[in-house]
Amino acid sequence: MTTTAPEKTGLEVQLDVGGGWLPVCALAALVPGRGVAALLPDGRQAAVFRDRHGRLYAIGNRDPFTGAAVLARGLTGTDRGRPFVASPLLKQRFDLRTGECLDDPSVRVAAYRVRTRPADGRA
Amino acid sequence: MPTTAFPERPTLVLIGHGMVGQRFLEALAGRGLTATHRVVVFAEEPRPAYDRVRLTSYFSGTTPQELGLTDPAFLRDHGIELRLDDPAAHIDRAARRVTARSGLTVGYDTLVLATGSAPFVPPVPGRDAQGCFVYRTIEDLLAIEAYAKRGAKTGAVVGGGLLGLEAAGALQGLGLDTHIVEFAPRLMPVQVDEGGGAALLRTVEGLGLTVHTGTGTQEITAGPDGAVTAMRLSDGGELATDLVVFSAGVRPRDQLARDCGLAVGERGGVTVDAQCRSVTDPRVFAIGECAQAADGRVYGLVAPGYEMAAAAAAALAGDDAAFTGADLSTKLKLLGVDVASFGDAHGTAPDCLDVVYADSRAGLYKKLVIGADGTLLGGVLVGDAEAYGTLRALTGSVPPVAAEQLVLPAGAGAPAQLGPDALPGDAVICSCHNVTKEAIQAHHTLAEVKRCTKAGTGCGGCVKLVGQLLPESGDAGLCGCFPHGRQELYEIVRVKRITAFAQLLDEHGHAAARGGDGCEVCKPAVASIIASLAPSIGADGHVLDGEQAALQDTNDHFLANLQKNGSYSVVPRIPGGEITPDKLIVIGEVARDFGLYTKITGGQRIDLFGARVEQLPRIWARLVDAGFESGHAYGKSLRTVKSCVGRTWCRYGVQDSVRMAIDLELRYRGLRAPHKLKAAVSGCARECAEARSKDFGVIATAGGWNLYVGGNGGATPRHADLLAQDLSDAELVRLIDRFLMFYIRTADRLERTSAWLERIPGGLDHVRDVVVRDALGLCAELEALMAAHVAHYRDEWAQTLDDPAKLARFVSFVNAPDTPDPVVGFVPERDQIKPDLPLLDIGRRPTEDVLLEGSTR
Ligand code: SRM
Ligand SMILES: Cc1cc2nc3c(=O)[nH]c(=O)nc-3n(C[C@H](O)[C@H](O)[C@H](O)COP(=O)(O)OP(=O)(O)OC[C@H]3O[C@@H](n4cnc5c(N)ncnc54)[C@H](O)[C@@H]3O)c2cc1C
Ligand code: SF4
Ligand code: FES
Repeated sequence: MTTTAPEKTGLEVQLDVGGGWLPVCALAALVPGRGVAALLPDGRQAAVFRDRHGRLYAIGNRDPFTGAAVLARGLTGTDRGRPFVASPLLKQRFDLRTGECLDDPSVRVAAYRVRTRPADGRA
Repeated sequence: MPTTAFPERPTLVLIGHGMVGQRFLEALAGRGLTATHRVVVFAEEPRPAYDRVRLTSYFSGTTPQELGLTDPAFLRDHGIELRLDDPAAHIDRAARRVTARSGLTVGYDTLVLATGSAPFVPPVPGRDAQGCFVYRTIEDLLAIEAYAKRGAKTGAVVGGGLLGLEAAGALQGLGLDTHIVEFAPRLMPVQVDEGGGAALLRTVEGLGLTVHTGTGTQEITAGPDGAVTAMRLSDGGELATDLVVFSAGVRPRDQLARDCGLAVGERGGVTVDAQCRSVTDPRVFAIGECAQAADGRVYGLVAPGYEMAAAAAAALAGDDAAFTGADLSTKLKLLGVDVASFGDAHGTAPDCLDVVYADSRAGLYKKLVIGADGTLLGGVLVGDAEAYGTLRALTGSVPPVAAEQLVLPAGAGAPAQLGPDALPGDAVICSCHNVTKEAIQAHHTLAEVKRCTKAGTGCGGCVKLVGQLLPESGDAGLCGCFPHGRQELYEIVRVKRITAFAQLLDEHGHAAARGGDGCEVCKPAVASIIASLAPSIGADGHVLDGEQAALQDTNDHFLANLQKNGSYSVVPRIPGGEITPDKLIVIGEVARDFGLYTKITGGQRIDLFGARVEQLPRIWARLVDAGFESGHAYGKSLRTVKSCVGRTWCRYGVQDSVRMAIDLELRYRGLRAPHKLKAAVSGCARECAEARSKDFGVIATAGGWNLYVGGNGGATPRHADLLAQDLSDAELVRLIDRFLMFYIRTADRLERTSAWLERIPGGLDHVRDVVVRDALGLCAELEALMAAHVAHYRDEWAQTLDDPAKLARFVSFVNAPDTPDPVVGFVPERDQIKPDLPLLDIGRRPTEDVLLEGSTR
């Protein structure tokens, strides 16, 4: 899920974790083309990305092929318009918008909605 | 004397197991005749047939085994009895039997002579002195090498023909001050004309050889110990020399045939008919250099010999095949100079005309012989034989463009090069195996062509043209994002000084990929190109700087190696494998304090496993404090330069291999390349450091260092090839600088030096031309690039520790930086830790019915 982040300081990134919007980090903490891992209240992990145009994405961090929580450390790219991250372990690619595995559509990871809000928490 | 009784199967005896003899055996097997005949082979040499054509490559590192043409399984499977080191001594034609030197006598139904020829040694006094050699067999080369290494300084070759020049190149390679003495007024008198000889002379002299043309050898003088000291020449002069190689032509080895009354030609050679059957005795055949063919000629080249082998085997099988003569075209690379002649090279046909292009400054000479009706009859090419394949195939026809246009160099007013498209379908492309353009185009890849038609597996002269005849192997692009391969991208980045991936993608990517984020293939490849060129294109040298950080593979991004459970391994550099006790203690303490698993690697250093991402900066702070640097175990860059203990301690060592390994490791540390680079230095030929399995390997000699390149362990092992010998420290470093930068510039993504060397046109010879002889004039630039790398090297870990922005990435969670990742757990094993695998299995490979968490759909 994506939203476009206006290039301003003081913005914070929030994930829709089911029960509400969870602030995870400042927008400035996201380097275009790379991800970060966020710990969710229920112990699960999300991998949050920002692409070169400022679009934000979040999917589950755990690589379903190896069990390691490493998707945030993979390389991102675009495949025929689909933004993806390639797992750093065995290189399977996952769609950043849906969590679907591009190399094996029977496998998918969670996908989360992402938005930015001013850091003071007002909508 | 034991006599083998006639068995039920007819017996075929072959005398001589050289190139043609072996080919004949293959032709027999191919026709099923080895099943119906008992086949006995007498061989004079102590080893089975080998590639005599490539003999000289022994001096550039090809081993005698690698020259071999005979697969032991072939002999076994076909029941061929090969008797090495047991020459035939006598033929009794009346009783139909052959007696060998060992005394063994074998009766025959068919006898085939393939005894080749012997080097001709002119009858000058003193020719038997110690230090006089011929150049024909592996044993000859071993003897020359051994003698030269016993302190010879000067060598002289008698004869400036094809083999003489090869021998001279070999002597020069052995470090001798080399002279060529040729009786004719020019070099290679048989193949080239006067103009070609002049161009050749200039180039050969340019290589540092001394040439005496129009000069005969009158006497070899020896010292009191019987060893050569000098040669007396026909011009009255004297040439002091320690070693003499006679290479004044060859004579067919037909003595056995003469002794048993078989007819031989006026100038030697067993006289045979078109089936290669002796004109005297229908049970006897002669093939190869020992035969005088039906056209009255004795051929000194391998291709006609192969055709004779095929014709004789066909005749024995009752098939039609005839050898009535062959083309004498040759293309050679002598001392690095291309020389080719084809067809009627000397213009003997009546009314023919020459078209000549000569540039003696550049060592170029090209001549075409054109018939009165415009037919191309033949030609000579010296210095640039690029057009050889096309021209030879056009010989005998009227070329589709004017003759001048075929010899003018590109850029000198010549129209577009006449490509292989212009050739007719029945043009012979591979003359060693007589393969036509049509036959080649029935296949898709070079490997297929070689396997099915054998084209390209002889002298190799046709490989380039074969390649041009095959369909393009699809889009040569790096990945779906770029239409360019790595080498092209390297050039684009270098020339346009592009330092940003996005710019490269938007300006040079496929239209559909522009504006996107690239992919996991091109991003690290471009990152590596930018890193290799950083100082020269004005990019920041640190791999984690700015936009470059996002391109790095995950290992480079965290400057550590990711392990299966998401933890990392840490490998500090231990140059040359040498380490002080104090540093060993630091590694032990760090491992203990952070609870890491330690293991000695295959690269002579120590790997610390099980570090969590957030621990990496603290681990490295301790290591950097103690004087360690990044070992780049994570990078496509220099890994280790292994060493053996060398001269300092080892009783055999002849150089200080540890010091050299450390120097090299420190020089090339941090150098980003298309793939990882490994090296080693051994202190003597025992090779305890396994240098020949490395991308560049150095082996000490009494006179300095031998440099080997293109070795590989891993999945496809390859022994490194000798690039240059007996180098000083400075020469060694300079050659490695050039070699590495040339590799970085031209290799494909993830192509080790071994695969690169096998792939690039011209292979090792080309690399040697470029980095040793500077044939492309690139060396100064390559050296400058390396100098810039060396000057700008900084330890990546020390720099990272100094930069809070770079350190910010080393957290487990962006919202809980110090909470350990719960999936990274360990259990004990053999007093250390290992990953807790069951932890990884929890929740692995979710099935389709798992809901999208947090999804609004
Ligand atoms: C640690 C070590 C094994 C050990 O415990 O001894 C090792 C470990 C790995 N090797 Fe290796 N190799 C290690 C020595 C070797 C050697 C031996 C040597 O260097 O003398 C070889 C054969 C020599 C060679 O490369 O030609 C070797 C041939 C490979 C290959 C095959 C390369 C090839 O060209 O076929 C790979 C795969 C690749 O690079 O694509 C590989 C890849 C790897 C990787 C990077 C695989 C991966 O992506 O996880 C391993 C990760 C290392 C880590 O996490 O730290 N490793 N690997 C050795 C580290 C040496 C060092 O100090 O840096
Ligand atoms: C350095 C060098 C470079 C060359 N380069 C080229 C090139 O570029 N292109 C090209 O076309 N050709 C080249 N040639 C020539 C090519 O090698 C020969 O044409 C080819 O080897 C001929 O094959 P053959 O089997 O007739 O003779 P050989 O290969 O010489 O084999 C004859 C064998 O018979 C053995 N023999 C002789 N007498 C007896 C006996 N009584 N009993 C048992 N065995 C016996 C010999 O020991 C030898 O092993 C080169 C030759 C040399 C030496
Ligand atoms: S390679 Fe030679 S010098 Fe080095 S350890 Fe082995 S035997 Fe000794
Ligand atoms: S021409 Fe010699 S291999 Fe083809």
